[in-house]
Amino acid sequence: MKELKISAIREGAVIDHISPENAFKVVEILNLKDKDDIVMVGVNLQSKKIGKKGVIKIGNSFPTKEEIDKIALIAPEANLNIIKDYNVISKERVKIPDVLEVIIRCANPKCITNAENHKTKFYVLEKSPLRMRCHYCERIMEAADIELV
Amino acid sequence: MRFKGKDIISIRDLEKDDILYILDVARKIEKSPDQDLLKGKVMASLFFEPSTRTRLSFESAMSLLGGKVVGFAEPGVSSLKKGETLWDTIKMVDRYADVIVMRHPVEGAARIASEAANVPVINGGDGSNQHPTQTLLDLYTILKTKGTLENLSVGMLGDLKYGRTVHSLCIALSHFNTKFYFISPDALAMPRDYLKDLERKGLSYTEESDLIKVSKELDILYVTRIQKERFPDPMEYKKYAGFYRLDKRILSHIKKDMKIMHPLPRVDEIHPELDSTEHALYFDQAANGIPVRQALLSLVLGRIE
Ligand SMILES: [Zn+2]
Repeated sequence: MKELKISAIREGAVIDHISPENAFKVVEILNLKDKDDIVMVGVNLQSKKIGKKGVIKIGNSFPTKEEIDKIALIAPEANLNIIKDYNVISKERVKIPDVLEVIIRCANPKCITNAENHKTKFYVLEKSPLRMRCHYCERIMEAADIELV
Repeated sequence: MRFKGKDIISIRDLEKDDILYILDVARKIEKSPDQDLLKGKVMASLFFEPSTRTRLSFESAMSLLGGKVVGFAEPGVSSLKKGETLWDTIKMVDRYADVIVMRHPVEGAARIASEAANVPVINGGDGSNQHPTQTLLDLYTILKTKGTLENLSVGMLGDLKYGRTVHSLCIALSHFNTKFYFISPDALAMPRDYLKDLERKGLSYTEESDLIKVSKELDILYVTRIQKERFPDPMEYKKYAGFYRLDKRILSHIKKDMKIMHPLPRVDEIHPELDSTEHALYFDQAANGIPVRQALLSLVLGRIE
């Protein structure tokens, strides 16, 4: 397959090395369909590292901390590149933080955060495989229990 | 930690030294209670679900040290039925009290209340999550009868899957090099998360369904009720309910100084014929709730440093 050329962006963010099956989940997390700046989404591109990959480029905007945390949960393999003036000024693998606030729902239906629609907070106990404890009901959640807000 | 103004929400928030300090204060208060220690202080007692035992214990603890109690024993008398959020209820109560004691059927409710309140909040039970004062009184009971919490062999019997009291006690005892014996039918075994935590701390435990096989090892046997509500199928319940009924026959299989505990109320897990034996500790255990709750109230209200 011939490599697909994706044009460079002057300023913005490139999320690279996404597993193809996760690429559209990341599109959703970043709410890209509502952006009115440049957005490029590539899937099933060649990658030396992981075979096939997805890449997302966003012009003139940068993911928020919440969005980066969500990407780390859903696509922990992804790299986040920040572009300024056509240069990559930072490039790093997304990291699951030690504390996750607001971004996921508690899987325990009896948790007060579900009963009263309160913001959530989880302490990450282990990152791989993911185990975290709800600050409120103290139940343990795993990757399979994740439901983004 | 300094206790003044602190919330008591979960046994997980307490370090070993905190636990020992609370128990030491309880011992001092029990030995020489000061009837004016909490004079001028007001405790709001908010019972969003009924629990006569816990409520009376807290309210007596407060009154016996000269403090005042306001509050409600059922949500019907508050504005809760009108759909007010817990957050708003606590914000209102916060202005009338120096400390809030609450029990609530929803898990995590006490934590949210502690975030809404400026005054300290003591959790009197939040659904099947935490009930730290129960755990502390359990520890106090063990400490009083054994003289130490270290290196004991503790058996937990019954519903270990859903039993809140045994979960919290397991967390608390893991500070004290306890040898654990988890005795239950397979279907009601201690959840993996708790076992993993013990493994991580390098503590040993034994899982067993037959009490007699391990009963001789035990210094303490903590019995819990197998609750009917836990079983979707009443046949299943019947099968397990009578699984662990203690009566005089156990006496030939236990150490002379082995003590039997139970958070009460019991149904038929422990035959009354054991009540008069020196093994029965469950009524003392219930009474120990008073000094332990007095200690916590005095500490968070800053009347004892
Ligand atoms: Zn929760």
